[in-house]
Amino acid sequence: MRYMENETRFGFDEYVDVEGRARGRSELVMQRIVSLAAGELVRHQRAAEAMLRNLGITFAVYGHDDGAEKVWPFDILPRILEHEEWQSIERGLKQRIRALNLFLDDIYNDCRILKSGVIPSDLIQSAKTFRKCCIGQRPPGGVWCHVTGTDLVRDRDGAFYVLEDNLRCPSGVSYVLENREVMKRTFPQVFGGMQVCSVEDYPERLLAALQSCAPAGCGDPTVVVLTPGSYNSAYFEHSFLAQKMGVELVQGSDLVVSDGYVKMRTTRGLRRVDVIYRRIDDDFLDPSIFQSDSLLGVPGLMSVYSAGRVTLANAPATGIADDKAVYAYVPKIIKYYLGEEAILPNVPTYVCHEPKECQYVLDHLAELVVKPVNESGGYGILMGPQASKAELEKQGDLIRKNPRNFIAQPMLTLSTAPTLIDDSLQARHIDLRPFVLTGANDIYVLPGGLTRVALKHGSMIVNSSQGGGSKDTWVVRNGQPRIERRAEQVDTAAASLSNGGSARC
Amino acid sequence: MLSRVADSVFWMARYVERAENVARFIDVNINLTLDLGEELASQWEPLVATSGDDQLFKKKYGAATREKVLKFLTFDLENPNSILSCLTAARENARTARETISSDMWEELNRFYLMVRDAVRAGVCEGDYEFYAQVKRGSHLLIGVTDATMSHGESWNFARMGRLLERADKTSRLVDVKYYILLPNVSYVGHSLDLAQWSAMLRSASALEMYRRSRGRIAPTPVVDFLLLDRDFPRSLRYCVSRAEQALRAITGTPAGSFGNSAEQQLGRLRADLDFTSIGDIISRGMHEFIDDFQTRLNAVDERAYTCFFAAAPELSSQRQEITQ
Repeated sequence: MRYMENETRFGFDEYVDVEGRARGRSELVMQRIVSLAAGELVRHQRAAEAMLRNLGITFAVYGHDDGAEKVWPFDILPRILEHEEWQSIERGLKQRIRALNLFLDDIYNDCRILKSGVIPSDLIQSAKTFRKCCIGQRPPGGVWCHVTGTDLVRDRDGAFYVLEDNLRCPSGVSYVLENREVMKRTFPQVFGGMQVCSVEDYPERLLAALQSCAPAGCGDPTVVVLTPGSYNSAYFEHSFLAQKMGVELVQGSDLVVSDGYVKMRTTRGLRRVDVIYRRIDDDFLDPSIFQSDSLLGVPGLMSVYSAGRVTLANAPATGIADDKAVYAYVPKIIKYYLGEEAILPNVPTYVCHEPKECQYVLDHLAELVVKPVNESGGYGILMGPQASKAELEKQGDLIRKNPRNFIAQPMLTLSTAPTLIDDSLQARHIDLRPFVLTGANDIYVLPGGLTRVALKHGSMIVNSSQGGGSKDTWVVRNGQPRIERRAEQVDTAAASLSNGGSARC
Repeated sequence: MLSRVADSVFWMARYVERAENVARFIDVNINLTLDLGEELASQWEPLVATSGDDQLFKKKYGAATREKVLKFLTFDLENPNSILSCLTAARENARTARETISSDMWEELNRFYLMVRDAVRAGVCEGDYEFYAQVKRGSHLLIGVTDATMSHGESWNFARMGRLLERADKTSRLVDVKYYILLPNVSYVGHSLDLAQWSAMLRSASALEMYRRSRGRIAPTPVVDFLLLDRDFPRSLRYCVSRAEQALRAITGTPAGSFGNSAEQQLGRLRADLDFTSIGDIISRGMHEFIDDFQTRLNAVDERAYTCFFAAAPELSSQRQEITQ
């Protein structure tokens, strides 16, 4: 089995450098794969697929006929990150989340960053995701974004860039854990001699983070996961996390507000709930405040939340920091609150809300990628270089009509990694979504994250709903003995969030 | 535990048990017709009667033939009690209670469902002996995995109660239908056909060997006595009802000899009646009347359990699962 011989290169390859030499730890993996007998790798791939099917590891594709569930697509070749490289990513993520939490706390309370003119006030006020009902709110434990799934990409230069922050209900972490499980069970030989950081801790860490942010006075807080139901595309993940944490998975109809608290309906009557890890959007949380026709939420939930009697994770209103126009300001946000330069750079971004930048975007539409500020999952994106003239014109009109709603970025070339296509190894574009947990006392970054791969030749669309696959993601340590040092993954600097006083302004 | 989840666990177990029973009935009937030859084509109609869906069948298929009955009971998704429908429903219930059951249970049930679904897609011929054997095994495996990997607490007891109530219902239907067919043939007692039918009835409940060990030769009265009132046989009505009552008491913590809610009251009375009834009482009263009454009372237990435990989630009332068929 061969890889990257006489092939056109598309950007940075994770396994092989421009001279055709294997990069770092990928050499050992490559050696093992090359030395496999013909058909062996395919056999491992099939075994992994069979396992995913039997375990019922699925995701739902809306509007798909053949049953609502699709088996999670998985590629047998791991994505490898060197530990040194990872450490810098980890530091960058912690820095970013710390700053974004401070930012959220500020714009819903003192608005210092707006008063100082670092971010234009009207940019915030005009955002659909700015929730007036949350002004003055300070969530329990001082944490707004308990769970973050930041999207990173590696461009031609080999550097990682932050593409999106995903501060609302990021999904995918269950697949990180299951991908590893599948890999260990169906292709164990490939781990030999490698020190791959474990991802097993995540549910434990998630529970700890959620409990640490319980309302004051809860001795032994009751945590639940709130799902829209079994037809939601991420339902597998909701049930997975509830199961691994050992907490109830509730739907809106299982919850009721009574005596000023949120309670769940059990076989023994109503029982109080303290922390809700909610996997439904703000809009559906409380029909008496947001969408009144929604059946997913709990009437009265927001009033209990405002009274500080229940924790919602993530806190409502974090979507404002997810706005792609606000994203463009994150390096400034980091500088403002922490006095540091951003460790992880942004992708250069033109904010159409700014007239000059908007003009630039309109003049260069054919070279840029245009994104609506408030969508996720790859919806509504226009790839300039691949768009027809009519599409470009239509996009231009949309931007002129509502410039606030768009940003534009240069076309990136995502890095590639070897992927098993039919029975050969081919380069396919990948991204990376690491997961960050913020508790009242620390920030934890799950080593690695979710690597998604665009299975179509040349495609950069990695979304699983649009033909993307996934890879097990390894953070590989140096040759020292394998000792998991917990302290290393804990960052006490996050404590500054809860007392709010140590932020530099 | 959440009321909604309790309901799901209860029905998950129930649907699996239902699928197993349908597979049993079919399996035995195929076997029987092989023994007796095609003159017994009439055996297929009572099979539909046993499942309780004879009206739906008649409407859709008309006269009962082997092929039609097997299709209806095995793969027909319009029949809510076909094997495929039952497993689809069981898996859907497990999916909404997935965080409560063990991973091993989920995996086993998922494999079970996929096996049945793949058999449909591969066009496995209805009537394939191995297929029905696999359905039976799938159910047994799941019961074993459930017992071995799930804490024997509230949730497990809801599953156990669901399974046992379903089983009691199915055994009672089996006896009702077969007894009705066999009874007019009193003059044939001892005839080889009769014997084959009586033993088929026992085999449908996996009861033939156990019956032999405790009662010896096959005769109508001891056979029905065994299937209805045996203390120890795990598919007899008496056994199922008494163990379902135990499960219910384990859930509520109510001591034996008393009741804490109307579900316990109903089930306790039914259990006491079975404990203190003889087969002579049943026969003199009329078998069909006895079983009719039994099923009415079993339904009442279901109704009460629903009100006491599951209905706390009011939205369920609109999408309530099927108790009677």
